[in-house]
Amino acid sequence: MPAPIRLRELIRTIRTARTQAEEREMIQKECAAIRSSFREEDNTYRCRNVAKLLYMHMLGYPAHFGQLECLKLIASQKFTDKRIGYLGAMLLLDERQDVHLLMTNCIKNDLNHSTQYVQGLALCTLGCMGSSEMCRDLAGEVEKLLKTSNSYLRKKAALCAVHVIRKVPELMEMFLPATKNLLNEKNHGVLHTSVVLLTEMCERSPDMLAHFRKVRQLSSSQLVPQLVRILKNLIMSGYSPEHDVSGISDPFLQVRILRLLRILGRNDDDSSEAMNDILAQVATNTETSKNVGNAILYETVLTIMDIKSESGLRVLAINILGRFLLNNDKNIRYVALTSLLKTVQTDHNAVQRHRSTIVDCLKDLDVSIKRRAMELSFALVNGNNVRGMMKELLYFLDSCEPEFKADCASGIFLAAEKYAPSKRWHIDTIMRVLTTAGSYVRDDAVPNLIQLITNSVEMHAYTVQRLYKAILGDYSQQPLVQVASWCIGEYGDLLVSGQCEEEEPIQVTEDEVLDILESVLISNMSASVTRGYALTAIMKLSTRFTCTVNRIKKVVSIYGSSIDVELQQRAVEYNALFKKYDHMRPALLERMPVMEKITTNGPTEIVQTNGETEPAVLETKPPPSGLQPASQANDLLDLLGGSDITPVIPTAPTSKPASAGGELLDLLGDLNLTGSPVSAPAPQIAQPPFLLDGLSSQPLFNDIAAGIPSITAYNKNGLKIDFTFERSNTNPSVTVITIQASNSTELDMTDFVFQAAVPKTFQLQLLSPSSSVIPAFNSGTITQVIKVLNPQKQQLRMRIKLTYNHKGSAMQDLAEVNNFPPQSWQ
Amino acid sequence: IHFILLFSRQGKLRLQKWYTTLPDKEKKKIIREIIQIVLSRNQKTSSFVDWKDLKLVYKRYASLYFCCAIEDQDNELLTLEVVHRYVELLDRYFGNVCELDIIFNFEKAYFILDEFIIGGEVQETSKRSAVKAIEDSDMLQETVEEYMNKPAF
Repeated sequence: MPAPIRLRELIRTIRTARTQAEEREMIQKECAAIRSSFREEDNTYRCRNVAKLLYMHMLGYPAHFGQLECLKLIASQKFTDKRIGYLGAMLLLDERQDVHLLMTNCIKNDLNHSTQYVQGLALCTLGCMGSSEMCRDLAGEVEKLLKTSNSYLRKKAALCAVHVIRKVPELMEMFLPATKNLLNEKNHGVLHTSVVLLTEMCERSPDMLAHFRKVRQLSSSQLVPQLVRILKNLIMSGYSPEHDVSGISDPFLQVRILRLLRILGRNDDDSSEAMNDILAQVATNTETSKNVGNAILYETVLTIMDIKSESGLRVLAINILGRFLLNNDKNIRYVALTSLLKTVQTDHNAVQRHRSTIVDCLKDLDVSIKRRAMELSFALVNGNNVRGMMKELLYFLDSCEPEFKADCASGIFLAAEKYAPSKRWHIDTIMRVLTTAGSYVRDDAVPNLIQLITNSVEMHAYTVQRLYKAILGDYSQQPLVQVASWCIGEYGDLLVSGQCEEEEPIQVTEDEVLDILESVLISNMSASVTRGYALTAIMKLSTRFTCTVNRIKKVVSIYGSSIDVELQQRAVEYNALFKKYDHMRPALLERMPVMEKITTNGPTEIVQTNGETEPAVLETKPPPSGLQPASQANDLLDLLGGSDITPVIPTAPTSKPASAGGELLDLLGDLNLTGSPVSAPAPQIAQPPFLLDGLSSQPLFNDIAAGIPSITAYNKNGLKIDFTFERSNTNPSVTVITIQASNSTELDMTDFVFQAAVPKTFQLQLLSPSSSVIPAFNSGTITQVIKVLNPQKQQLRMRIKLTYNHKGSAMQDLAEVNNFPPQSWQ
Repeated sequence: IHFILLFSRQGKLRLQKWYTTLPDKEKKKIIREIIQIVLSRNQKTSSFVDWKDLKLVYKRYASLYFCCAIEDQDNELLTLEVVHRYVELLDRYFGNVCELDIIFNFEKAYFILDEFIIGGEVQETSKRSAVKAIEDSDMLQETVEEYMNKPAF
């Protein structure tokens, strides 16, 4: 068989191929030749063939049949063979291959070879891709070589040790003794690799770290001073052509030393103090005209910020970063922004000084720089600069890439919430975000925004007006439309009455409002969730608008046959409201009260299912009486672990009392709520069928259970509290108590708060009162609903606490109610 | 350093050195992805790209792109220097190195890299030493005659 073609020949030939197919053909032909040559066990040309194979492998063709050949080459005596063999091993024989372990013996032999270059090959291969088993087997050899005086081998052994430690961390101890003298070397290669080894050890093991910080070695020099000395020599020494890079002596070593110093100085006062001087020296003396110098400065800054440095040094570091920011080189700016981001928490004021430069970086073309500048900007917003920063950030939101918009929008909301100088500004900012990046706003932002709006009571008219104007032109951005629909639903009356104070009120008729809501309903662009919002809003307007109630009725009845299950259910129930329960409609669709902001989590967080209600548990803030049906539905779904059936609109989190466990059961069991007209909780709607099968077909409201006598629970100082009872048909453990508080004195009682506690076996839920003022002379009452769950059918007892203001002084009283009629709990 | 890639402006791979273990398919996928990312960057952008949990540092020399993937705590600016140093070594060895040199002598390019970096860390900071080691190793390589006459095992 003719001698296989040479490597270069092959490369030349393949490069002449004009198409992929031609190339593939050539390669296949050559592979076949190589394969038969391998089969013949030809020692002479094995090396050449493997080299060719490696070339083809780089082009992307399979080369696994050459693995064993590599092994043979490694075992060969000829250096040429070994060189190619080890190269092939590194390319083809990673630890996933079965034959990987077969290398171990060869490597072991070669580690002890007489020629240092062979030893070098073995160390290199082991250090690049040795598997854990191999490392375990050969660690001893490596350790031996670490102690040799041959610097060529020593440096390779050090990096090999690093690899061993990475693969088998338990072996770290083994290399400890050898590290004693490593830094005494003059050879830069050894110094560099030793520092890498020490760094690896310190990073991985806190024990090692402590050891290196403190230990006094035989030559009585600690590690930190030693490193400082070496670094000093590097800086002070004259020009050394061998290690010089643009006038700086061995920057690689300098940077590695700085990094090791960082790890040693972190959280350690003594070490940090020992390095303060040298850090200052490096920071001030290093040339910054070339990338090299900046690389060293960068590492220095990182080190200064991470250790316990003195404040002067820190300021110096931040100023260096500030200078970096002004540098024309993008890489340097990038690096500066990254570091500033890390330090902004700890050195906030210093970073603030560079705020304007950072904001300028928002306009940079590079994506990574923009992202860092954005994050940094958010971190720098505070009460003083919020207006200016927000302007910049809003402008950024306008023009940035889509991948940023969601984060930017969320960031703006957060910052606005924390630092808004005025409510109007806050609302304006929100509006701006919604209109600019409306479709990128995160879903959880919508309930937060709604809550925010509810809380700015005086801005309602302004808000609804602006929102109305915003969606008039364009109702495709879902979050915007959702918020707008909700607001129009709530405050539509303000809109048509033209009450806006903050800006020029617009003339809107009820029909126009309904027009826009209907368009949202009809539009193809509207998501199901958005439609839900719109429908509910229309419904709410039935109590706020006067002339268009019929139109609303019509709309609602149309959607009673909508394909969308969610819409259909809502429409059907709203219809029912119109027909059967019209007397309840105004109460149900009353204005939402100001909502408590608890945590940023949704209702799932708030519900605790523990049933403990010791007498000590007093209800302080009753939950808002979920007047919007959707919120109840959502709570239920969330309470039950969230179903993914209908996308129920997450409205603002309602504040639940601690004994919310009862609520869970209440909601489940007591769907068919009776209610006194004022504060009845809304009917449950839009339930996923599996949870409530059978219940959804039942009438929404129960017939009021008749016949339980009411009692006077408390009567003192002119304050009388009566309890009336109702029992649920579906869940006999639930008793609904309606309290009526009346005032027979000549002066009103204000800030009235009713609190109740029940024994352990009961659960209690307090709904919101009708008001907090009891007018004098029995001219009016406060009504409040309490739901009690009594699964064990024990005798109902209750302790109540009353607080109110009367005749200018604060009154408080505790009482126990024991006269519950048996029918109320049996 | 997790891996080093050299590729031409047309997207052809000239050298790949992996310091972590990955399946072949994975490697191919990564190479394709990274070549695409780097080639699509324009002149005005920085040399750094955030990619997965690593940072890519790349630099173009004539028609070749040199790309390194480093960890979060590694110094990007220094990595640029590492890349530059490698190019200098190649230059010293080949004498005014060009892409063709690397294509036709790819195994030498690997050898030089292996004298400079082991396991993803720099082993030798002196240009002179590194090149000398390669040249000495080259001398060790047998001549054709010697090769034929020497016993294999």
